[in-house]
Amino acid sequence: MNNKKLNFKGTALRSSDIKEKKVLTTSWKPSLQYAWDDGVAIGRYLKELKNGKIIARKCKKCGRIMIPPRMFCELCFRPTDEWVYVKDTGIINTFSISYVHWDARRIKEGEKPFIPAVIEIDGASEGMGILHVLGEVDPEDVKSGMRVKAVWKSPEERIGAITDIKYFKPIIER
Amino acid sequence: MIKKVAIVGVGYTNFRSTTPDLSYRELTYEAATKAYEEAGVDPRKDIDSFVSTAEDFFEGYSIADEYCPDQLGAVLKPVNTIAGDFLQSLITAYMMILTGRLNIVAVQAMSKASNMTTLGELELFAFDPVFNRPLAENPHFVAGLEMNRYLHDTKTTREQCAKVVVKNKKNALNNPYAGHGAKITVEDVLNSKIISYPLTHLDISPASDGAVVMVLASEEIAKKLTRKPIWIRGVGWCSDTFSLESRDWGESTSTRLAAEMAYKMADIDNPKKEIDVVELSDIYSYKELQHLEALKFCNKGEAGKMIDNGITEIGGELPVNPSGGSLGVGHLYECSGAQKTLEIVLQLRGEVGKRQVKNANIGLAHSWRGVPTTTSVIAILGN
Ligand SMILES: [Zn+2]
Repeated sequence: MNNKKLNFKGTALRSSDIKEKKVLTTSWKPSLQYAWDDGVAIGRYLKELKNGKIIARKCKKCGRIMIPPRMFCELCFRPTDEWVYVKDTGIINTFSISYVHWDARRIKEGEKPFIPAVIEIDGASEGMGILHVLGEVDPEDVKSGMRVKAVWKSPEERIGAITDIKYFKPIIER
Repeated sequence: MIKKVAIVGVGYTNFRSTTPDLSYRELTYEAATKAYEEAGVDPRKDIDSFVSTAEDFFEGYSIADEYCPDQLGAVLKPVNTIAGDFLQSLITAYMMILTGRLNIVAVQAMSKASNMTTLGELELFAFDPVFNRPLAENPHFVAGLEMNRYLHDTKTTREQCAKVVVKNKKNALNNPYAGHGAKITVEDVLNSKIISYPLTHLDISPASDGAVVMVLASEEIAKKLTRKPIWIRGVGWCSDTFSLESRDWGESTSTRLAAEMAYKMADIDNPKKEIDVVELSDIYSYKELQHLEALKFCNKGEAGKMIDNGITEIGGELPVNPSGGSLGVGHLYECSGAQKTLEIVLQLRGEVGKRQVKNANIGLAHSWRGVPTTTSVIAILGN
């Protein structure tokens, strides 16, 4: 970025002016908290993640095996029929390599970029995947269609959350 | 001549303080399935458009409307979301059908109030950040201010407000979908803890969960789908200033103006004579009385006498909140107007058993969005 000072007319306002109360301000820190009920589908999904397993739901009408699981098929609009365990391996559908943090700060020199990916899970229907991150891989080696496997936290560390999977890593074909 | 539009199917869950067994998606799915079954429509094939109701801060998502389609059967279909009350969504759906381009439209609202663990903070966040928020305390104080001025202006008494609570909680005992029915006395209400003078704990409706879905259709389609279409006869909506400094604290002006709009459209000259059953906003007890006056069911200052004389009881001349209202069913936030509309539909169809109002042909549903808002919405329905 260009640090040259631009000479716009008017009075410049710096964040220090606000901190030092040189200008009139008002502030409010909201404390908004929620405790979402997970319900049947997400509840079971999280419980199985805690067990180190990935579970899906099958709709017998359209035949789709869906993850994350849901109690109704949003395309057929009918209840789904059965639980199906799927594998913790899959294929990268799409990915990105992100060099900025959520608040737009650039990553530091030497810090690894964040590699989000949509992984189509083996055993689930085509196009059904988990949005997660990739690890143990160089950004330049990542390709759509690459086969990957989940790297789990230890059973003691798992809490029933999507982060019970640390990341997905490439499967080295021998 | 304005086209006719009818409600041809309703679906709803029970309304309870908590619903830990179901996610918000599963809750709406239950109501939607029932509504489509009743209307005999397949949402994937027959419904032209969907209107959902969601306030981001109530849902705990930004852009909450994007989370509405799946559970309504609306994926890859026309959907839009109203950040207001269900009745505003109902009017939006109604107007969509009036365009003549759409024949069947579904409307949804849902409350997962139990999932909002900092409700007071959330309501406070609705206050003006410069003028009011720095002074603010628990937001119920706004209702305390309004109740006090209303009682002062109209000489209505706290006892008369307490009678509203007793009546509505009693009505809720005969309503299987209501979560807060109880047999209590005027003394119980007056002796419950003061929250913000003159408002006591029992004057305030308890937050609750639940979902409602309705299917609306144009005249020709409605007649094919059901033998009991409930026609929309008139609608009105109005918002006053946000200002807590300069609004009229004694009267609900927005309700009065919305009522004038709806009555004109429905060709109603004498609401008390022409309307058979009323579901109006009673988020706070005094609101039922204040709204009765604004809806012109009596003159200003006479609503207290109506409750004294039993006129608003189920067997009375003008039954009000036979469902139990928000005091007896629970406060449903953006789903409040949905419960009001639902009860009017069920009453007009004659399907509510013990709490049935006799000869109910024309009903009025009214909602107000709660403190600190001044938005009021009305629909007049007929069979
Ligand atoms: Zn399906």
